[in-house]
Amino acid sequence: MKYILLIYQAEDAGPTPGSPEFGPFMEGYFGLNQELTNDGAMIAGEGLQDGETATTVTVRNGKTTTVDGPFAETKEMLGGFYFIDCDNLDQAIAYAAKIPSAQFGSIEIRPIMDYGQ
Amino acid sequence: MQDALTSALSHWPQNGVPKNPENWLFQVAKRKAIDRLRRVATQHAKAPDVTYQLQMQEAMKDDIDIRENQSVPDERLSLIFTCCHPALPAPAHTALTLKTVCGLSTAQIASAFLISETAMAQRIVRAKNKIKKAGIPFTLPDPSLWPERWKSVLAVVYLIFNEGYSALHSKNKDVDLCEEAIRLGRILARLLPKEPEATGLLALMLLSHARRPARQAESDIFIALKEQDRTLWDKNKIKEGQALLIKALTQGKPGPYQIQAAICAVHCQAENFEKTDWSEITALYERLYAYEPSPVVLLNASVALSYFQSPKAGLASLSLIAQNTSMQSYQPYHAARADMLLRNGQIKLAKQAYRKALTLTVDEAGRNFLKVMLKNISE
Repeated sequence: MKYILLIYQAEDAGPTPGSPEFGPFMEGYFGLNQELTNDGAMIAGEGLQDGETATTVTVRNGKTTTVDGPFAETKEMLGGFYFIDCDNLDQAIAYAAKIPSAQFGSIEIRPIMDYGQ
Repeated sequence: MQDALTSALSHWPQNGVPKNPENWLFQVAKRKAIDRLRRVATQHAKAPDVTYQLQMQEAMKDDIDIRENQSVPDERLSLIFTCCHPALPAPAHTALTLKTVCGLSTAQIASAFLISETAMAQRIVRAKNKIKKAGIPFTLPDPSLWPERWKSVLAVVYLIFNEGYSALHSKNKDVDLCEEAIRLGRILARLLPKEPEATGLLALMLLSHARRPARQAESDIFIALKEQDRTLWDKNKIKEGQALLIKALTQGKPGPYQIQAAICAVHCQAENFEKTDWSEITALYERLYAYEPSPVVLLNASVALSYFQSPKAGLASLSLIAQNTSMQSYQPYHAARADMLLRNGQIKLAKQAYRKALTLTVDEAGRNFLKVMLKNISE
């Protein structure tokens, strides 16, 4: 089954680049990337630029409106994602628990819609 | 019994590191065995002591025979873990477990939880959809997820038991949730031999359930522990519960269920209310509070303290949670406080507390009990 793991966190949470905690934090991500690749589970995984770089577009009655900022103004923002393929939700949960940001943010697991069914 | 408890308690490690649950994936059994247990469980309330023992042994033997003779892995445990998966909403845990593991009908579950059959059917359908769409597996959890999972499975079973326990006075005779929970507890205790909390939970349920015949007189009034006719307590269940508790405690991995079972065991041990070993019970509640520092545990600890030391000491302990908003609308808090105030000679305040408790009581037997208490004070 395919799942997307959405990484939400407050932008001021977690170690900042240059701090002593930052190295191990990033290594956690590298380790997980490697594990997902080795398991054949990795489809894609990326980190996103800050929320203030976000742009939101809506089209109503054929009229396009473009505004600055993310869709939802919440403290916790989408900061990155993994797109994975594994056997079941428990495996996805186990991977999600290994995402370093899970220790201060939260990971939302969503199964991908299967249009074949 | 009590010596065993005290010695087990003093040898408990302060922070026991759980050993690897390496041996939980091994059981084999069949529907037949559950059915046997089901029959035994419904019969044993009336059966004399020896018959009870024989029936239990036979039921166990049957189960062991099946386990030894077949190589089919036991699917019940996987089923329970799937039903209690944390990715499902909590109300679905109990509903799915009762439906798929206990084999109750949607109508039976709905009536036990006092909601409409349609609403219960929707709840079950939604949960089944999520299992399918989100890919919740029908397997035992990975060892990395194990500690979170088995605790939540035990919590679901205890929730079912408590639902049955508090619904005691309702007129629903169709489904006995306490019996269903005990049946599940038996399965878990056997399938999780390395987790003494599973055995502890079964002991706790048996020891609580043993007192049921004495909790309500024919006239539909709740009878407090103090006033219960202890000859009505089910001695077979008490014996079985005590034996299970000792078995659990000797594994040296204590937990909240074992401690609560120990508290029940001390109560069951006392010939009458006056002979209750309140020092032991107070100590056990302190122990429990270390695991579960909740206002409800503190409330129970305060009651124990009020009998061990004095109503005044109990009231002082209660004052620690007086400001807690959840306690203000919690019936047992006001009922316990009323009892302590009365014993402390503060009649006026006791009346107020009983009245407050009465406004928070929904079941008829509980209301009748409080009305009698109020009437007695006024006279």
